[in-house]
Formats: sequence, C-alpha cells, structure tokens
Amino acid sequence: MLDLFVIPSADRRLIPEGRLSGPMPWVIAIMIFLTVLAAAAGLALAQAAGDVSDELASRATVQIVEANPDSRKRQTEDVAARLRGLDSVQEVRVLPQQEVEELIEPWIGSQELSNDIPIPSLIDLKLTRPATGPELQSLRSAISPLSTSARVEPSSSYIAPVITLIRSLQWTAFGLVALLAIATAAAVIISARSALNTHRETIDVIHLLGGTDRQITRLFQRRIALDALLGGVLGLIAGTGIIWLISSQISAIGSGLVQTLGLSWYSWLIIATIPILGMLIAMMTARSTVMRALKKIL
Amino acid sequence: MGALGNGFEKISMDEIVQFENVGLRYGTGAETLADLSFTLFPGSFYFLTGASGAGKTSLLKLLYLSQRPSRGVIRLFGEDAVTMPRERLPGFRRRIGVVFQDFRLVPHLSAFDNIALPLRVAGVKEKDLEVPVAEMLDWVGLGDRSDARPATLSGGEQQRVAIARAVIGRPEILVADEPTGNVDPEMAIRLLQLFEALNTLGTTIVVATHDIHLLSKVPGAQMMKLEKGVLSDPTGSLLHPPLPKDQLR
Repeated sequence: MLDLFVIPSADRRLIPEGRLSGPMPWVIAIMIFLTVLAAAAGLALAQAAGDVSDELASRATVQIVEANPDSRKRQTEDVAARLRGLDSVQEVRVLPQQEVEELIEPWIGSQELSNDIPIPSLIDLKLTRPATGPELQSLRSAISPLSTSARVEPSSSYIAPVITLIRSLQWTAFGLVALLAIATAAAVIISARSALNTHRETIDVIHLLGGTDRQITRLFQRRIALDALLGGVLGLIAGTGIIWLISSQISAIGSGLVQTLGLSWYSWLIIATIPILGMLIAMMTARSTVMRALKKIL
Repeated sequence: MGALGNGFEKISMDEIVQFENVGLRYGTGAETLADLSFTLFPGSFYFLTGASGAGKTSLLKLLYLSQRPSRGVIRLFGEDAVTMPRERLPGFRRRIGVVFQDFRLVPHLSAFDNIALPLRVAGVKEKDLEVPVAEMLDWVGLGDRSDARPATLSGGEQQRVAIARAVIGRPEILVADEPTGNVDPEMAIRLLQLFEALNTLGTTIVVATHDIHLLSKVPGAQMMKLEKGVLSDPTGSLLHPPLPKDQLR
C-alpha cells in the first residue's frame, strides 16, 4: 500500500489533485462522522450490556414476602444471618425500608406506603459464582427453613429486557456502520466514474503512449485514498468532538445504567482506525471501479 | 537525442508491419477499410494519402493499436496484433510514436511534461529525462515555452509539442496523422527533416497527409493511397517493396 503514496510528483500531476476542491472529501467526512458516532454508540452499548451482565451475573435478590411487619423483620434478619454463613455468598446487604420505598415510589406513590401496603423486604446478594439455577436452588434450600415466604431470584432476570434492548440498539448501531461503509463505497464508485469521465482524454492518451491499467489505476487510487483520508480525519475530529460532548453530559447525569455508557481505550482505538478503514474501502472500491472501466477500453 | 539513454537498436526483423486482408467496420455499417494487404519494412518512409473520409485515420488507428480490425491479420513486430492479449498492448504501444491529428496534448500539463509523458510512462527516471526533453523542445523551436500549457500555445506550437512527444522515445514506428497541417511551410520542412533524421536511424515512418507536395520533399519515400477504404499501390512498392535501406547500404 505504501507504494501508493510514493508515486513520483510528475506522475501525480497527470490527474490533477485539487485538495478539498471536489465534493469527495466532504462526502467522506460526513460518512466517517456518522460512522464514528454509530460505532461509538455501538461500542458504548456493547460495553454497557457487557458490564451490566457481568455485574448482575453473580447477583441475586431475596424477597421476604410477609404481611406481618414484625415477622418479616425477624425472618429477614434470620435469612441474612444464614446467608452470611454460606461459602457461596460473598456479600449480603439488607436494603433499608426507605430504599425499598424509593424503588417502588414511581409506581405506587409515596404517601405512607408502609402503613397501607405490605412491602416485602429485600436482601441483595453477591455470590462467589454465577447465579445459575443450581446455585439459586441451593440458596433456597438453605433459607427455606427460616422463611417459607422467601423468594430467591437472579438479579439478571429483572434487567434481562433492558439488556435485550441494549443489545438490539448495539446491533442496530453496528448495522448502521455497515450501511455507511456501503454508502461510502457507492459514493466512491460514483466519484471514480465521474473522475474517469472527466479525465477520459488524458487516460486515452496515456493508454496510447503505452501506459498500463495499473499505472492509471494507481493515480486514481492515490487521489481517492488521499481524499478519503482527508475527509476521514475531518469526520473523526468532528465525531470525537460530539462523543466528548455527549460523554461529559452523561457524566453530569451521574446515575444508574446511563453511567455505564462509556468507551474503553480499545473502543477509542477502534474509532481511531475508522478513517483508515474508510480510506482502504475507498481505495479498493476506486481500484476495482477504475480497473473494470479501463478493461472496456482497448 | 538519446532519450532512453541506451542508443538506438537497429530493427532486425524483415517486416515491421504486415496487413493481410484486413477490414474494419464500425458498428453495423459498411466497411471503412476493406481488404488491406501490405507490408512495411523497417527503416522505410511511407506517405499515406487519400481524400477526406478515405480511411487514413482508421488505418493509422489500426497501426498504433487504438483499434482492432473486424477481420484479417495484422502482424506487428513479428507478432499477431489482432489476437494479442490486452495486457501486452502497452509494451507494443511504447514502440510506436503517434502524432494525432488533433494533437491530444494533456491540457493541464506544460509543454515539457507533455513531451516527457512517454518517457515517464516507460519508467524513465526524472534525472534522465530532463536533458532529452529540453533538447527536443529546442529542436522544435519551443525551448522558451517549456512551462507553457497547451491552451496558451498556438495551433502550430501545439503540433510541434505533439510531434516532439511522439519522437522523444525513439519509436520503432512513427505514425503521424497530418503532422504538418497547422504549421507554416518552413516549419513543415523542418518537421519532415526531423522525421527523415529519425528514419535514417531506423525508424519506420508513416505520415498521413493531404499535401501531395510533401511527397517530393522526402526522396525515396513510398506512397500508400486510400480510396474509399481500399488501398491502391500507385508506385507498386507495397506489392513489390524496395529493399530496406540498411540492406541497400
């Protein structure tokens, strides 16, 4: 690929290279800008889904569903104590009543909840192993003598629809990246054909003087690769600017699932390679387009 | 001149070009060229004459491999040019210099760069082409117009650049379509002298022209005449060619 950029300057002049003079660098800049945003969204969502899944994979919740507040409190303390003694449980946290009320407040309001409605107590568990079926069954067996109304559920079951949604959005974003790559290739095909028509006379002359298809193709490839690289860098700068802005706004929200939306260093690395990938797509598309067109000429 | 820097090698084959029953038809129309059979020898000088529309340019296109014939056999440098794979054509085209009727200069390149084009296409290094191109510019009287773009040159100057471009690579065959059409008589004679000089070095020259007065300027030149796509042989030299010059010496 390097020989593409070491064409003698005199040869480069055969096809005029007006930087930013044509629409191509700008079209590619917009494509790369959108690709960067879509890729960043896809990568952030993938990371969020992964983080949430990992975090919840070994978590479980115990509900003590008991109408009598005294009995509920006693059962909760007994169950928590029993769970703390198990090797399979790493961490036990009994959620304070106020925190439970805050959790359900959006659905049933805040006015004297505990007096009117029996609210189950919740125990959040972090296990030493993933919360699989047998693991949960073992926990149920351990606490059932202490509370017949205790229910043990994996935390992942609560968040599963959200994870499914995140995964759907993630794949939609990656689908957009693929579509943008196809659109970029289509734009390059149109541009290469237009350039071929513009320089048809020059190409014919070079051909008749003994120029090979490869020599001519290299000129177009180089021109389009440089356009794509220039547009790609512009798109990357604009895209990362927007991502940075959105990231700072997400940081300002500072809560829950939204907080998990972030980009790791390797996500940034992938995003940084987008202009190079865009350039390669443009270059290969230009090459095959020009080669195909030249083969129609004797 | 020594543009390629390795001196001119004498052509050793017997025939440089051989046409056998060649016909050319564009699309589904009538044949533009019909039943052309002739042989060109290395080091010979040919004038191709004929009225407008007789098929001179079409015949030249077949010679400089811009067109394949509809029928017949063309042998070029001893090889079948009709069935030759497309990939091999550039190598053969580099052995043929062409002066196009409409010059076909690259508009965004200077006179220097236009003349240097065949050498650059052939891979000659920049340092090796500056001197020969400058000499060629001087020879065609455009030494002071080296940086001029074609649009700023007169018709005659453009034609001289086109001729310089055709001969800079020391081609084995030079094909020129009305090369003196846009120059004054003095320049026309100078250009013919250049062609003769090349011819003396062994280049086969084919010049298409309307101007029958030119024929007398080159002693020993053969004449090919096209009439409605059919080649006549007024001097008999195509059917009974004289010995090539190097064999006469």
